[in-house]
Amino acid sequence: MTASDETILFIPNGSAVPTAQVPVLRMGTWLGVVANCLAGGNRLSALFAIEADNRHQLFAVLGSPARKQVGVVSTFVSGSYPCLTTDCPSAHWFEREIYELHGVEPEGHPWLKPVRFVRPHVQGRFRPTIGVTGFFGMEGAEVHEVGVGPVHAGVIEPGHFRFQCHGETVYHLEISLGYQHRGIERALTGGPDGRTIHYLETAAGDSTMAHASTYCRLVEALTGVRPSRHSQIVRALGIELERMANHCGDLGALAGDVGFLPTQNYCSRIRGEILNMTAVICGNRFGRNLTIPGGVRHELNRERCDSLRKRLDAIEADLVSAVPLMFETPSVMARMDGTGIVTRDDAIAVGLVGPAARASGVPVDVRVDLPYGAIDDLEFHVPTCTAGDCAARASIRWMEMRQSIEMVRALLAAAIRDDAAPRANGVEQAVRTLPGNMMAVSLSEGWRGEVCHVAATDGDGRFSFYKMVDPSFHNWFGLALSLRNQQISDFPLCNKSFNLSYCGHDL
Amino acid sequence: MLRVLKARFFQGYRTMKYPRGSVPELPDRFQGRPRLEGTCPEGCRACADACPYGAITVGARPDGSNAGVAGMPVELDMGRCLFCGNCAAACPSKNIAFTRNWQLAAARREDLVITAESPRRASCLSATAKKYYYKSLKLRQVSAAGCNACEADSNVLGTPAWDMGRFGIQFVASPRHADALLITGPVSENMALALEKTWAALPGPRLAIACGTCAIGGGPFLDHPETLNGACTTVPIDLFIPGCPPHPLTILDALLRFQGIKVTDSP
Repeated sequence: MTASDETILFIPNGSAVPTAQVPVLRMGTWLGVVANCLAGGNRLSALFAIEADNRHQLFAVLGSPARKQVGVVSTFVSGSYPCLTTDCPSAHWFEREIYELHGVEPEGHPWLKPVRFVRPHVQGRFRPTIGVTGFFGMEGAEVHEVGVGPVHAGVIEPGHFRFQCHGETVYHLEISLGYQHRGIERALTGGPDGRTIHYLETAAGDSTMAHASTYCRLVEALTGVRPSRHSQIVRALGIELERMANHCGDLGALAGDVGFLPTQNYCSRIRGEILNMTAVICGNRFGRNLTIPGGVRHELNRERCDSLRKRLDAIEADLVSAVPLMFETPSVMARMDGTGIVTRDDAIAVGLVGPAARASGVPVDVRVDLPYGAIDDLEFHVPTCTAGDCAARASIRWMEMRQSIEMVRALLAAAIRDDAAPRANGVEQAVRTLPGNMMAVSLSEGWRGEVCHVAATDGDGRFSFYKMVDPSFHNWFGLALSLRNQQISDFPLCNKSFNLSYCGHDL
Repeated sequence: MLRVLKARFFQGYRTMKYPRGSVPELPDRFQGRPRLEGTCPEGCRACADACPYGAITVGARPDGSNAGVAGMPVELDMGRCLFCGNCAAACPSKNIAFTRNWQLAAARREDLVITAESPRRASCLSATAKKYYYKSLKLRQVSAAGCNACEADSNVLGTPAWDMGRFGIQFVASPRHADALLITGPVSENMALALEKTWAALPGPRLAIACGTCAIGGGPFLDHPETLNGACTTVPIDLFIPGCPPHPLTILDALLRFQGIKVTDSP
């Protein structure tokens, strides 16, 4: 422990404290403490401002794998402050967001472009038009620019990409998002209410379980309601199935992007079988209506667990036939090896999370770093690769899937073992009333990486603030880095190897 | 090469027999078309109060006319419904149930509003689709703030198990190549112009499909200033497919009946 650590409030993942207990430091001290903490191997999980009496309180949420706890520390700012980004590049997207939402200027930030082109929170502030902003440019003979989107060629969400090219080589890819902005964080304030869980379930549809269960644990932290062990098992099942389904789809899509049809075809079908397992649990392929604060809406009896186990066995056999095929085919590996490299140093500096970070040799995983829920007692190690290329991001997915298969198997066995244990369902009403003036932090490892939710309540126990950080928020810049000095024709492959969420970013 | 052949043999032929043969298995907890039946206690509004999206009207409609039928003055608008089941859970008389009927879509918006006397399915037929696109329907998909669930379960129809290419239905890369636009999402302000331009790029006769409750009526983002409550205000819609997201079977059933192709009906 260093001296500066003592000024940070460390709390367990999924806990709440009175907002007044969060340390408030002087700006200079705060900047130093946050920078020190990040230099010491911790992560910037969230950085945000809350308006308070004509000024703003800046909060940093820091994940500490060494302590297995989350640090929170704050400062007050009026108008502007010296930016963190120059010392801590992982703050760059957050500081753009703070400027866009509140007009608080992080001085010295390289470029405070809009992140989402939102309606300004501050009255009278300029309202940006989507996509209308400055872009990086390049000058010289045979230099050209390629613009793509917002509407893309495939069945995919919208976003705008600009490539600065010389011949076929991309010097820089600029990613401009915001097309999917639906106002979720704004709408969550004043809750929880009947709509709240639906906002969480649709924040990023392919991460329904990740966001919904992170929210549920946050509400449980605020109220002190403990979900039953069975509920925790069912949630963990949902999350691991979500991971398997998406990784499977991604592997198929990666195979497709290099023209290897067998794995593409098999994985696209198997992904559906995994989604069908989730539907066996709750009726919906994406885990909608599965989890609620205090528990889950659907129980698993022995018969259902057995049926799930049979499906899992068949899926595993299909996967073992379909996926290694791709890794054993030289023409596939030739396209993926060395393509779209993100170095370990860059991955740490920009704060990458999830499989993208692990493929570059950064062993971050909330399931291990900040343990939570039913995952605690599962045997688990974090797989990593070192190459940081598309091949690494593909093989990390396959390693994680195989782990998830074993975890799902263990969770089903645990659910059967606990068959007679009491269930805690129908407790949603009990957690509708939240205690006032509290702040809660909840993190999970979704399939794309770290999901971080922070909420504060007002004196009446309503959300006065709700911050969601989807892993894509950390990782979009990683995709930009991976494209540097690549052929523009490798963009689909690099893009798919990250497969980030547009709506999870835009909220 | 031998490994590829071995895997091909192992994976087998997986395209389903539907719509001619057996219907793909739906999960037993599937929440499909709601069924309203029974008699409601005088003045009970439990179902309407349980829905934060105003999908359920009890008694008088905003225009003063009466909702539903005698004894059960309730109507449920699937164009606003997320199929969460909260209304069914709240009903003290158990008059609302979400059945396993997957046939949710309709060609007319008003057919999504169901009462105790509604038929088991609404017509999806488009005379234009049947006349021009019976054997080949090319779709351009635009996600306008869709959460990627409707997109995923539309996209899955192109995979070998569903293989909608059997019916000449295919997603294409350019609106210039498309006969119909398949729209997902509540249409964010930030996507409105892109959606308009994509629609303008479709050659006629063109059709539009709203896939998912968001695209029909805004879904969970109903009345958000950041969204436009679905695609209807931007594009004239010819086919409405409710669900959050709709099951692939619901989408395929809708597309096939849209073209006038015979399908196996839900029991």
